[in-house]
Parts: sequence; structure tokens; C-alpha cells
Amino acid sequence: MDPHYLELLRLLIPETILVVAALVALGCDLVQKAEATPERRKSIALGLSVLGCLSAAAAVLLERPDGAGMPQWLSSNAADQWVRITLIGFALIVLALSWKSALTRHVGETYFLVLVALVGMLLMTRAEHLLLVFLSLELVALSFYLLIALSKEHPQSAEGALKYFLLGSVSAAFTLFGISFIYGATGALDFSTIAAQSERTATITPFLIVGIVFVTVGFGFKIAAVPMHAWAPDIYQTAAVPIAVFIASASKLAGFYLFAKLWTIGLAPWIDTVDPASDAIGWRWLLILLAFASLLIGNLAAIAQSSCRRLLAWSAVAHASHALLGILANDTQGMAALLYYLLVYGFAVTGAFALIWLVESHGGDDRIDSFAGLYRQFPLEALCLMLFMLSLAGVPPLAGFFGKFYLFLAAVQSPDPTGALFWLVTASIAMSAVSLYYYLQVLKQAFAREGQFTATRIPKDPVIRTVAVSLAAAVFVLGCFPQLVLDMLPVPN
Amino acid sequence: MLSGTILISFAGALACGCLPRLSANAYRGIALTAAALGLTLALFAYLELLLQANLPTAIQLPWITALGIEFHLRADGISLILGLLTGIASVTGILFSWNIRHRVREFFAFYLTLIGAMYGVFLSYDLFLFLVFFELAIFPKYFLIAIWGSTRKEYGAMKLALYSFVGSALVLIGLLATWLAAGASTFNLLQLSEYSFSPEFQYWAFPITFIGFAVLGGLWPLHSWAPTGHVAAPTGASMLLAGVVMKLGAYGCLRFPMTLFPQGLELWRFEIAALAIVGIIYGGGAALVQRDFKYVIGYSSVSHMGFVFLGLMTLTEIGLAGAVLQMFSHGILASLLFGIVGRIVYDRVGTRDLKELENWQLAQRFSFAAAVFVIAGFANMGMPGFSAFIAELHVLIGAWQSFPSFAVLGGFGILVGAAYTVRAMVRAFFTERKPYVPVPAKPIAPLTLPERIGTYLLIAVTAVVGLFPDLLLNLIVPGIEPFVAAPPQTPGD
Repeated sequence: MDPHYLELLRLLIPETILVVAALVALGCDLVQKAEATPERRKSIALGLSVLGCLSAAAAVLLERPDGAGMPQWLSSNAADQWVRITLIGFALIVLALSWKSALTRHVGETYFLVLVALVGMLLMTRAEHLLLVFLSLELVALSFYLLIALSKEHPQSAEGALKYFLLGSVSAAFTLFGISFIYGATGALDFSTIAAQSERTATITPFLIVGIVFVTVGFGFKIAAVPMHAWAPDIYQTAAVPIAVFIASASKLAGFYLFAKLWTIGLAPWIDTVDPASDAIGWRWLLILLAFASLLIGNLAAIAQSSCRRLLAWSAVAHASHALLGILANDTQGMAALLYYLLVYGFAVTGAFALIWLVESHGGDDRIDSFAGLYRQFPLEALCLMLFMLSLAGVPPLAGFFGKFYLFLAAVQSPDPTGALFWLVTASIAMSAVSLYYYLQVLKQAFAREGQFTATRIPKDPVIRTVAVSLAAAVFVLGCFPQLVLDMLPVPN
Repeated sequence: MLSGTILISFAGALACGCLPRLSANAYRGIALTAAALGLTLALFAYLELLLQANLPTAIQLPWITALGIEFHLRADGISLILGLLTGIASVTGILFSWNIRHRVREFFAFYLTLIGAMYGVFLSYDLFLFLVFFELAIFPKYFLIAIWGSTRKEYGAMKLALYSFVGSALVLIGLLATWLAAGASTFNLLQLSEYSFSPEFQYWAFPITFIGFAVLGGLWPLHSWAPTGHVAAPTGASMLLAGVVMKLGAYGCLRFPMTLFPQGLELWRFEIAALAIVGIIYGGGAALVQRDFKYVIGYSSVSHMGFVFLGLMTLTEIGLAGAVLQMFSHGILASLLFGIVGRIVYDRVGTRDLKELENWQLAQRFSFAAAVFVIAGFANMGMPGFSAFIAELHVLIGAWQSFPSFAVLGGFGILVGAAYTVRAMVRAFFTERKPYVPVPAKPIAPLTLPERIGTYLLIAVTAVVGLFPDLLLNLIVPGIEPFVAAPPQTPGD
């Protein structure tokens, strides 16, 4: 793997564009610091970032999707392309929301870090080499530590950032340790060569087990799955809304996609390897246990929450469990289901966060009771909230329903020697009823109770209204016509 | 006709939801027009089948091609009759909701969404589409009760939503298993019904799906959402809940588990018939001791739905025909009773407590209410000349052929029905005036035209069906032939 540096630039045009845009945004902000108003600085940095994202998206679209001329460690296929476009789309939503942010003094830094985190995610999407995996994971994580701490409007954000940092570095250590064990066991770092080592280590060795377990734990941090989920409630509660949205939507999609590839390509031979001599088992069981634990803990903890942000965080743990079904299905059907699900989950959770922000900026806080009477002052926004919450709960005809259904379907139809997958699906379906309970708690406040919001006419918030309405429309349309997305995904037939 | 009923209802819901700042009467007018158009279409389709033996043309469009899911609407006699019931119940429900003043626009938007979903369930022949409509019917009910309800409305609404969601979760598990067992290619009910599932599969798939639907059908011991939900709901919603939503459950049982799993049905029918009998007696007994007038009707619904399930389990032509006839008959009578108790009496008097109603001397002061309740009550307890008599007679004759001892118990259930109806009737309307207890001075508002039309319409329908049951039976019998033919011999028990 030693292509020429110019060759590297050619391979990474979209990422390069984003890095340049990030640097220019940062530079412009530095240059004009003295005289400019914060509004002006924000519009310049934001404009440059949007321009960067759009040109990166164009560059991604112009790439040849057949992957010709790509080195082994960098993938480029139709699914990658789709994921990268979606990631850039999520980033654009984040940028749109950031228009409403106060951003304190750190305008240039914020946009710089958002774009750098996006570069990290794009690299995660394409990485098929363990070192690049680690590099891109760290790039994203480091940007997020700073982004969380930068939102000084929330006094607790420093605390949240520190927690995220501590858990993040522990998980990075786990990941790195796991990578070294996998390397030790197989002698390879890129996914396809690792998989090709299966003849040598067909029976799973304890060495490899340790590697897989450690990588899984590190991975759990990225997607907020048990046992590395503990950061989620604090971060969701303390981070500024655009950053929380970025973590909840884009970072999750990138993380899941990367690890889905690691498991189903790199570690594919060891999914079920059972050595009759030992009790060793493959990674299928590991992920099933992780999913079971996340399902129970996420849903049950969410019931008890009084803060809407924490509720979304715990429900994110449960949603991670659903998404794991897509990896466990271990085929193209599962991958398509996973991507569809993460797309619509990202939409719904972004919309929900936007409305939490609306409530917070009108005298409320993130408690669920703050939503009381929302429909009076903001009928349209309340309707959007209903669509987001019901989509998260999985009520048809919204996108969340089809997303879950497709995941369940992909999971049950994949061959599964353990037989546990069907029970996991059953448990997930049963837990959907629990999740309906806590999502309805929010809607009950917004629609059935009276509260601080009254029918007085106040200026609407154009940013939030635009974002919420377009996301709600997406959740509805994609739920009614999921084929629109499925046509773009690598689905069989 | 098929898609028309659904589309008109949803279009009405959309019109109510999206047209802001019209007068209350305009929203009522929109809702009534949409419901009346739906009824007209349903009536035409029914008449066309009755007079010219023409089934409406099926609609079969590709929808989610990646999974072989189709937008597939089709109807037989049973669907058309239940569609007609939906039309009648929705028109009268809107007439009885004419006095809703609080948030009229949203009320009718939710109401019409519920109506559209109910038509959808009765007409879908693709199991996925069926599930979509089945779950879509859940959330409007929640909001109708939680916002416009009365006694313990939030509790009743949540209980109903969770019970329904658990039921549909069971259905979803059964649906995935069925899809998988049948070769993972289609959700088309017609194609699936040609597939013969293995007896072991049917043994567990039948009860899961059947129970899932039976939750909504109010089968004992899963009925407990029904009385609380009916009581908490506003009158119009109670009418749809008891009148149509409970039939969704029974219809689902008939259309899905009973059609696909004949051997499972054979294995479990005795147990389910036993539960139905317990429901008949228990519901009647519970209705006998209620103080709240609406609870009496709520428990009587549980009892009457027991006859539906008993009839379904007889697997004789007469018993099955009776079950479907009872679905229609109870739909009309429950709507009528809830309309009288909830709208005509409670909205004027302000109490449903039978002990307090005794003091009101309603027979003298409000003879219309007393007169129509006498008619409805006698019809409900099975007086010849009204629909319930024919239906329950059919069920009992069918039960006599299959489970003689249950027929005796069912006959006893009818006696209990007479007892609680007479008790409630006497206490609410015909108690002698007690000396020293003053008659409440509150004046009783005069009867309005919508109430009058709604009441007459429902009474006319139940009388016409009671006098000319062949109007329905001729259409029901072809629809139930497959069930009668399925088991070659009735098992001795």
C-alpha cells in the first residue's frame, strides 16, 4: 500500500475538498476577526462550509462507482457512494441548524471541526484497512470532543465533553488493542486479506477472540451499544443541538457502516466458527448478546426519563440494537435494511432534536413537561413532532415502521445456526410496545396537556420550521414509498 | 370503490388538518361529507354484489418491489359488509360528535384517519398492507381519547394504545414467521393461502397471530382495554371503537390465522371457544354490577364479542355466518348504545352514575332517550325482529353442532345479557321517584337534529337486518365456505 502522494489526492478528492474548505473557513475567520460582527463571521464560515459540502458531494457523485483503480484498502462502490452522500446530507442539515446557534466566539473553529469530523466519517465509510479504520475513528472522535466542549451556552457541556473524552479514549484503547490482536492472529490489516487467512485459522483461536471482543467493545462506543453506552445520555443532554444531531445521525451511520463491513467482510469467516475441541464461538453470539442487552437496557431506562434529551439517548441505545440486526443478517438484504434504517432514524432524531431546541429557546428546558401545550403556539411543529416520535416508535406509514420491518425481515430470513436471531427479533418486536409508551409520553404533553405555550402569535423560528417540516415530509414520504431509497441501495432483485 | 373509501377518508382528514381557521361547522361538514361519500361507495359496492353478484375489481399495484409487497385491495362479501358497517358507524359517529367544540379541526382529522385505516384493514389482501392499516388505526384512537375523552382519559388512552400495539406486535411476529415459512417471497394472502404450512408450524403460529388479533377483538382475558377505553373515549370515538375497531380484531382472525392455518385452528378451537364462553359470561356478569352506565355497555361489548369468537370457532356454516352477522349487528347496536348513553344522556345530564341517574326521572323528563334506549336495549338482548337475535341464534345453533355444552352456556349468557340490560334500563330511566330526594333542577337541552338522524338510522339498520337477514347472509355464506369445507369432520368433544 504505497501509492504516490498525488495518487492519494486523486483517490481522496472529496475529502481533500472538505479539508481545504475547512482550512479556508478557519483562515477567513482568523483574518477578519477584529472588525466583523459574529453574524457576519457566521455567514461567511457557514457559506464556505456549505460550498465545501456541496462540491464534495459533487465529487463523490462524479467518482466511478465500479471501484476501478482503487487500492485494496480503500473501497469505492455504489453503497459507499450512497453512504457518503447521505453523510454529507446530514452534515448539511447540521450546518442549517447551526445558523440558529449562538456559537460564542468560536465561529471558525466550530465549522472547521464540523468539516473535519465529516472528513473522518467519509474516511470511515471507505476504510478497508484496520489502520485507516483507527485513524478515521480518532479523527471523528477528536473533533467531537472539541465540538461538545465548544458549545459554551450550556455550562455542563465541559463536563459532557470530559465524559465523552474519557470513555472515548478507553474505547479507542480497546479498539487499538483489538486491532493489534487481530493483526497478530492473521498477519494482515486489510479486510480482504484478513478474511483470506481463514484457512490458516479456520478454528477461532483465543488470540483472535480477544481481538474481536476488544474491537466490538470499541465499536459499541461509536454506536452507543451496551456496555459502552453510558456517554450517550450525558452528551445528548449537554451538547449543543447541532452537535448532538451530528453525533446521533451521521456519526452513527458512519460507525455502523464501517463495522458492518469489518464484520461481514473482514471477519466473515469467523461468524460461527465452532471448534468442537473448545467452546469457542464466533462473533454472531457476541453481537446477539450486545443487541439483547442494548434492547432491554435502552428501552427500560428510557421509560424512567423525565428529560426528553435523555429519553432520546436511551432510545438510541435501543435503536442501536435494532440496527445490529442488519449486521447480524450478514447479507446484502441486511445491509440495505441497515442503511435505510439509519437514514430514516437520522431524519427522525434530527427532527426531534430540532423541536427540543424550539421548546428550549421559548422558555422551556429539556424536560418532557416543557412540551405541554406545544400544539397551541406551534401547531405545524407539533404535527412534525408527532411524525418524528411515531416514526421512532415504528408506527406505519412512517419510515421508522418500514425500517424496523425490513430489519426484522432481513434478520429472520438469514440462515442462522444458533437460532437466537429469531428470538432477538421477537424481543425487539415486543419491546416496540414499550417504546411506544415513552414516545407517547412526549406527544401526550405536546397535544393533550395545556402548559406554558399559549395561542398568542409570536414570530416563528424559520430555521427550525424549515428543517422540521422538510424532515417530517421525508419521514412520511420515505415511509409510504420506501422503494425510492431501496432503488439506490444494493438490494437483491 | 375499494381504494375510494380509503382515499376519501384520508383526503377528508387532510382537508380538516390542513385548512386552518374555518368555522366549526365547516369542519363538521367536511367530515360528514367524507364519511357520507365513503358510506355511499360502500353501499354501492354492497348493492352491486347483492343484486348483480359483481365483486368490485381488485387493485393490485407493485409497491415495495424489493420485498414483493403489493398494494393489493380486494373484497368479498364479508369485507363489503364490514365496509358497510364502517360507513354507517362513521356517519353516525360524526353526527353524534356534532357537539364537539374543543379543537374541532383536529378531532375530525384524527377521526377520519381512523376511519380510513379501518376501511383499509377490511379491504387489504396483502399482509404487509393489512398490518400497515391495522397499526395505523392505533394512534388516532390514542389522541381521540387522550384529548377529547372523559373519565381517566390519559390512562384509558395509553392502555388501549399499548394493548393494541402488543396485539399488532404478536401479529407482526406471526407475519414474519409465515412469510419465512412460505418461502420468503410474497405477502399476498391469496398466494399464501395456497401454501400448506407444516402442522408443527401451524401449531404455534396459529395461536400467536390469533391472540394478536383477538386482543383487539376483546377476547377474554385480553379484553381489559375495552371497557376502560370505551368509557374514557368521547362518544364518537366509543362508537367507532366498540362498533368497528373490535371487529378489526375478529376480522383479522378470520382473514389471516383461520385462513392460513386450518390445522392450527383445528388444534386450538376448543380452547378459544372456551375463552369465548368465559368472555360471554364474564362480560355479562361484570356489566351486571357496574355503576357507570358506560361501563355497562363496555362490558356488554366484551360479552357480545364472545359470541363472535364462539361462532368463528364452530366452523359450521351457520355458526360462522352467525359470527359475521354478529360483527355487523353488534357494530350497529354498540354504536347506538354508546350514542344514547354518551351523547344523548351524558352530555345533557353530566353524569353516568346509575345511582344518580335514578333521581333524574329521565323517562318523564326526556322520553326520547328512554324510548330509544328501550328499543336499543331490547335489540341488544336479542329480541326477535332485530339483528342481534338472528346473529346470536345462528351462533348458538352452530355451537350446538360443534360444542353442545358451550351452546348451553352461551344461552345462559343471553339471559345474563337480558338481566344487565333491564337493570341498567330500569335504574337509568324507570326508577320510581324517591320521596325527599329532589329531582335535579338542571334543564335538559332539547334533542338536536344530528342526534335524531343518527339514532333513527341505526335503529332502522338493525331492524332491517333483523327482519331480512338474508340481505347480509347471502353475501356472508360464500365468504365462509372455505372454512366450513376445510375440516373434513368435526372432532368429538
